[in-house]
Amino acid sequence: MTATDDIYAGTNETTDGKVFTVTGRDWDEIVEGLADNDGVEERVVVNMGPQHPSTHGVLRLILEIEGETVTEARCGIGYLHTGIEKNMEFRSWVQGTTFCTRMDYLSPFFNEATYVLGVERLLDIEDDIPEKANVMRVLLMELNRISSHLVAIATGGMEIGALTVMTIGFRERELVLDLFELITGLRMNHAFFRPGGVAQDLPPGALDEIRAFISLMKKRLPEYAALCNANPIFKARLEDVGHLDLEGCLALGLTGPVLRSTGYPWDLRKSEPYCGYDEYEFDVQTWDTSDSYGRFRVRLAEMWESLRIVEQAADRLAGLEGAPVMVADKKIAWPSQLAIGSDGMGNSLDHIRHIMGESMEALIHHFKLVTEGFRVPPGQAYVPVESPRGELGAHVVSDGGTRPFRAHFRDPSFTNLQATSVMSEGGQVADVIVAIASIDPVMGGVDR
Amino acid sequence: MSDEDKTTGPDHATDKVPAATDAEITAVGARTGMFGVSGTGDTSGYGGLVAPIVFPGDAQRPFGGWYDEVADALEKVTSLGRVVVHRREITFHVRREDLVAVATHLRDDPALRFELASGVSGVHYPDDAGAELHAVYHLLSMTFNRRIRLEVSVPDDDRHLPSLVAVYPTLDWHERETWDMFGLVFDGHPALARILMPDDWPGHPQRKDYPLGGIPVEYKGGSIPPPDERRSYN
Repeated sequence: MTATDDIYAGTNETTDGKVFTVTGRDWDEIVEGLADNDGVEERVVVNMGPQHPSTHGVLRLILEIEGETVTEARCGIGYLHTGIEKNMEFRSWVQGTTFCTRMDYLSPFFNEATYVLGVERLLDIEDDIPEKANVMRVLLMELNRISSHLVAIATGGMEIGALTVMTIGFRERELVLDLFELITGLRMNHAFFRPGGVAQDLPPGALDEIRAFISLMKKRLPEYAALCNANPIFKARLEDVGHLDLEGCLALGLTGPVLRSTGYPWDLRKSEPYCGYDEYEFDVQTWDTSDSYGRFRVRLAEMWESLRIVEQAADRLAGLEGAPVMVADKKIAWPSQLAIGSDGMGNSLDHIRHIMGESMEALIHHFKLVTEGFRVPPGQAYVPVESPRGELGAHVVSDGGTRPFRAHFRDPSFTNLQATSVMSEGGQVADVIVAIASIDPVMGGVDR
Repeated sequence: MSDEDKTTGPDHATDKVPAATDAEITAVGARTGMFGVSGTGDTSGYGGLVAPIVFPGDAQRPFGGWYDEVADALEKVTSLGRVVVHRREITFHVRREDLVAVATHLRDDPALRFELASGVSGVHYPDDAGAELHAVYHLLSMTFNRRIRLEVSVPDDDRHLPSLVAVYPTLDWHERETWDMFGLVFDGHPALARILMPDDWPGHPQRKDYPLGGIPVEYKGGSIPPPDERRSYN
């Protein structure tokens, strides 16, 4: 095939007009191409993505522009659809966490949390979750909120050319990921929250690392404020861009920092506390400008609040040494704590000794629970959590079997991305990038 | 397990009267044997087991707490269909012809104010004859901090229900996803196109009867059967 046969390479005439492929530094070609055609319209349709670095993953934007003004903006999604919800229907209830943690890859713990809370509601064991499991969940979720907001701010900064914001954002995120690695064994895709508790107890030394992280973050977080808050270029790019007021947010179902940037203090951690969030002291952060700058400030302030919660959770964990992290019900709890051996992570040697050398019943029990899993009473549950991007909820349906009958995730990225049109139409092309960055969509969550 | 009754409303504990559930149970399918698939040489002796799949029964008045307030308000627009209270979550089963009126009333009535729709989720019950496809809406009233669930069921051979985009614009993409995954047609949707699957994709992947396909293996022409035909626990 020659270059001219391929409408995606070079310039081509189609029934809808002339098609140009632009990959950067070749805008002159378009200018010349349009100049030698007298009957050409002013209206140009620009197909941005799905591989564009400023679209937060594989998001395709279809922009109709007149000059530099966007007259219509549409999103094309689905490029990262991996059928996670369908896959979960063919795995046991516990294995479900391994799938859903991969959806919104910047906030894996929240995906796990909403799914696990839904399963626990169906099992009717919500009140039996040990305190330590809840505290560890809160600790990990708030650390995750910090790392997710750091990426939101870092990539948002990079997209407007503030590269320092990007480098320091990823520098701090690395510290959080190190903590995840220490506690769960993995930097992402943890599958650490399980129905009934968490997979593993806190490793020795983790609390010291967390405390060191908190004191370091208290020094590092002010850097973002110093770099950005009053920076005239930063403000000029963000202020009054991507405006969406409270009515617009509610009509389009936007939650999270976008909703809070309108001044409405809506936070599920306060309104429908889960995992014992009502026992922690923190404030819901709002801003009153309803624009991208407000969303940046909300995220920045929320990181401080998360740090406060992490501090309280660490203090509580110090008094919970040796406490159980899984429900007592042996029909639900995974039979063994995990341990790290010379060949990686697996069942602890004590447990292997017990089932292989001491108790046949324990071996049968282990085998049944691991292969068959447990049954969940029929019904449906929806327990939303406040993810870094807003209301994340899993609609979990059971038919009484050992596998989810249906698990649907209401992902905030998916819902919030619908606001792209209203946020960017009538503005400049460059502001589309800022508006999308202020929504902070994660395509893994959008497409699932 | 806690002793608290989870079949009643949040404020119901004060008068300690649980909402009675309907004595009549409706099975929406049956589970047979020890494993989900027959003909796999199940020698356990339990191959003949048949267990009906029964979902939580209908709740009877009083539902408890604010559940009755919402139910009373709904009765102004329509006769109340099935109501299920399970694990402290209330589900109103709504006929599809009433859906728009019900949703509009839930949103606009100052005593209800369900401002936010948290999306629609499809569920396919292939054995629930005459009501195979369900559309499940989660509504949230931020004013009163209440959550309810609306459930609309339609038969598989007439999978139409009205779109709620005019009432809750946020449902635009959610309805497209439910069409894409289940083939539910939301009449009146501004542009009911596929959203996650490619535009020319045949079939609706989240349906239980969607063919899954096995994996060929390089051993004497063998293949790994699709997951729904494998021997597995159910």
